[in-house]
Amino acid sequence: MIHLDGITKTFDRSVLFGVDLDVPSGSLYGLVGPGGAGKSVVLKIVAGLVPADGGSVVVGGSDLSTLDPLALARYRLGIGMVFQNNALFDFMTVAENIAFPLRRSSSLDDAEIGRRVEERLERVGLAGFGPRKPAGLSGGQKKRVGVARATVTRAPIVLYDEPAAGLDPVTSQRIFDLLREEQLAAKSTVIMVSSDVDRLLTVTDKVGMMHDGRVVFEGSTEQATRSDDPMVRQFLSGKTDGPL
Amino acid sequence: MNALFSALGRFMIGVAAIVGAMGLLFGRIVSRIVRLDLDGEGTLSNLYKMGVKSLPVVVITALFTGGIMVVQAAPTVERFGAYSLLGWGAGFGTLREVGPLLTALMISGRVGANNTAELGTMVVTEQFDAMRALAIDPISFLIAPRFVGIVVTLFLSTIFADVLALVGAAYAGLPLLGVDPGVFYDGVTGGLLGIGDVIHGLVKSVLFGIVMALSSCQFGMSTEGGAPGVGRAVNSTVVVTATGIFVLDYLVSFAI
Repeated sequence: MIHLDGITKTFDRSVLFGVDLDVPSGSLYGLVGPGGAGKSVVLKIVAGLVPADGGSVVVGGSDLSTLDPLALARYRLGIGMVFQNNALFDFMTVAENIAFPLRRSSSLDDAEIGRRVEERLERVGLAGFGPRKPAGLSGGQKKRVGVARATVTRAPIVLYDEPAAGLDPVTSQRIFDLLREEQLAAKSTVIMVSSDVDRLLTVTDKVGMMHDGRVVFEGSTEQATRSDDPMVRQFLSGKTDGPL
Repeated sequence: MNALFSALGRFMIGVAAIVGAMGLLFGRIVSRIVRLDLDGEGTLSNLYKMGVKSLPVVVITALFTGGIMVVQAAPTVERFGAYSLLGWGAGFGTLREVGPLLTALMISGRVGANNTAELGTMVVTEQFDAMRALAIDPISFLIAPRFVGIVVTLFLSTIFADVLALVGAAYAGLPLLGVDPGVFYDGVTGGLLGIGDVIHGLVKSVLFGIVMALSSCQFGMSTEGGAPGVGRAVNSTVVVTATGIFVLDYLVSFAI
């Protein structure tokens, strides 16, 4: 269970104004909202990359704000994350990218690491791509390598930031379906940020919508699609008229 | 007048911020090096990329530097008949000044700027965040190996450049002034130059390497604003490194 209570955050300006979220264990939680709402910041706070200025982030009973740097690093070992820009390491091959978390944080031998890397590549439909460099991949291929790297350690929590950004509709749906299959197979807890609302809602268990640094809606996928809230209706329908 | 003082104040605050950030980064890097908490493979890879691959530019720079010094000194040497002092003059200038300074400037253009561009690109494409999300310490994995690579590269390249510059000077002295390389060599080793002159230059090379490594890593890590931000960071590295090198050059020359 991931529970955010009253989270605030300021960079050059305030971006979060008291965010409350509840992500049930083993669920796929979709976090939606207009650009600049603070969704990516929320993901980075849950990942422990950015500290919240106020409020609490409780994950599996532990408040992240009370963790020392070593405990925070241990916490991050239980997180897999796919970044909006993929964040693949340019100086490594695809196989090295996927193996990287295992080499740095596990005691597995080279043979087992190799086997897991090959399994991940097959799972994401990129068998044989191991020796390639990220620069030589298409956008969809990079996304899939990112998914493989985020899931190779079988982390209990996986965070996806715009996993289908910039992809064509068919590839987007394939990515979403893959992520849902991975989540169900691993029974992991997933938070997924995406602007591709139509496809996102085909895979979510619960939805939260943010606007201007606040959560304006939280409920099941069905509740979201039937919501009378003007902001939610406008955002899900994509209409330009409305409060957003 | 107020506007002038405001601008000056903002400039000084900016300088203090940069120097402070570099100082803090230096502390973080040294703490990892002392604990031997840095990526071994990355360190070796950087030593090769920065050191070995810089050899061609170091060789060319050094040989021509030695020759240029003799060309410039030739009229004066002929006028005063100071042929036996050519080795000492070239050696003094090379070991204490020209060798470390020009080597640092050449390495800065090739290694320092490239280092900032690589790190800056990694920052704006969230590779740094990805590393932290995987519980990897970017200082241990990326920054400390690059720091070691730059400092060691500059130190060893300076030694190499010193020798080559003297060779270039010796063989420029023969056709220009008729100074035999043996006479040139006697001038270098005859007693007017000592180990102190060598150490003087090598201390400079280490300090130049430290300022180059810190500025290139700091500006790379603090890059903002996408691709234009990377360009700005590289520009800042070049300016700050060159300024730092000349300031340190003066201070060390004054102090030792």
